Amino acid sequence: MSVLLTRRKLITTGLAAAAGASGLGVAAYLAKRYNLIPPDHGGIYGVGETLTYAAHRVLTSGHSLAREFDRSQISKVIPVNGKHPEVDAYQRLLAGGFADWKLTIDGLVDRPSSFSVADLKRFPSHSQITHQACEEGWSFIAEWRGARLSDVLHSVGVQPQAKWVFFFTFDKWWDSLDIPDALHPQTFLAYGMNGQEMPLDHGAPVRLKVARQLGYKSLKYLSRITVTDTMKNIGDGLGSGSPGAGYSWYAGI
Amino acid sequence: MAEAAHLREIPIAEADASNPPRHSAVVRITHWITAVSVFVLLLSGIAILLAHPRLYWGETGAREGPSLIDLPLPFVLDVPIRGPGRYLHFTFAWVCVLTGLFYGLFGLFSRHFRKHLLPTRNSLSWRLISRHLRLTRPTEEEALSYNVVQRLSYLGVVFVLFPLIIWTGLAMSPAVTSVFPWLATVLGGQQSARTIHFFTTIAIVLFVLVHVAMVFRAGFASRTWPMITGRLSARPRSKPSHNEEEGS
Repeated sequence: MSVLLTRRKLITTGLAAAAGASGLGVAAYLAKRYNLIPPDHGGIYGVGETLTYAAHRVLTSGHSLAREFDRSQISKVIPVNGKHPEVDAYQRLLAGGFADWKLTIDGLVDRPSSFSVADLKRFPSHSQITHQACEEGWSFIAEWRGARLSDVLHSVGVQPQAKWVFFFTFDKWWDSLDIPDALHPQTFLAYGMNGQEMPLDHGAPVRLKVARQLGYKSLKYLSRITVTDTMKNIGDGLGSGSPGAGYSWYAGI
Repeated sequence: MAEAAHLREIPIAEADASNPPRHSAVVRITHWITAVSVFVLLLSGIAILLAHPRLYWGETGAREGPSLIDLPLPFVLDVPIRGPGRYLHFTFAWVCVLTGLFYGLFGLFSRHFRKHLLPTRNSLSWRLISRHLRLTRPTEEEALSYNVVQRLSYLGVVFVLFPLIIWTGLAMSPAVTSVFPWLATVLGGQQSARTIHFFTTIAIVLFVLVHVAMVFRAGFASRTWPMITGRLSARPRSKPSHNEEEGS
């Protein structure tokens, strides 16, 4: 009896372990196959980050839209976070009213191009009244106006092997989005805010607006966009300056 | 009679009838994993809170506008834990949630909730509740099962506080609320969710403080040992009469 029980227990445990191991293997394969692994998947926090990113990608696979609000809900007070860039290149553009500002788009695109603010305004103009939360805890609602990043990317012809869209700015920040968020209808190259041109404090002349992630993904003071199929050789290879400082690359939270 | 009824509910291990398991292996393992993750979530949560120790009601809130509560804490942005605190919080949120899911399913299917946590009909009297609130020392038999106040507290933690803290956590995610907007709107907005998340934390901390104080009061070793080993005591006790009744 006890021998039988032990053997049964042994077989059950063995089968469970085998099922668990192959389950993990299948999960890892599927995660890789369907791009469910974030760049900061390594290290002790990597498992949690991967679970969050994969869960969100599966959950939002129906292209869900961030909550939009009524005009009356636009915040009276809009906090300013950080100073505008002090580098000469930016100061010169600012002095010229951004007439000479150009956004370069290169990398895995058929027609590398540069866009002035006027060029971006020739794309269909869209607006959204959405919430923006800072990882610190404060938040506000504003109306953002701009071109959809997807429209601009389609105009330069994104190549099929593209996986990431990198953003560089006139300040120290750089970041990247995966294709689902880059092509999301609420991801804007925003040139207007609350009915005005993009204010200096909020990223003039053009900032990124990523509605389904925390504020730090909506980079201000854009200068260049690069489409890639890898994260290697760009900064520390973690897809953004954030993970190095302890903030997750994916900020849908 | 009532005592005999709940004594029968205590599972007796085949091997050692004189020293029956007080808590099943699943309860013990999930208890300690949850304990560790709650501790880490609290520490990392404090690190996150210190970046902006102000609470609001509604959808939005910022330092320049009105607040609901200004917590008597400093604004601390430059601490080493500030960034990693967030990674830590989400890593242990997964540990806590997955452990909780496992425990919840186990509790449902093994009838752990019904047998050990749901108060018996007879126990739901003010006389008994007030007797337990006055911390009357239980008899040895009574101590083998949770009393009505314990049951209600544990049910509150398992079915109210933990679901609420997970809900309010998810309600702060712009990606999650893009799929389930009601998670935030039902609560009054994203900042309301943050505020409720904070007060639910306070409630959980209060529970843990009282829980640990009660464990000390009842006897630290005699209550903690069964939660580690499942056994009532380190050494098999001399056979008490009630075990013979069980007949194993």
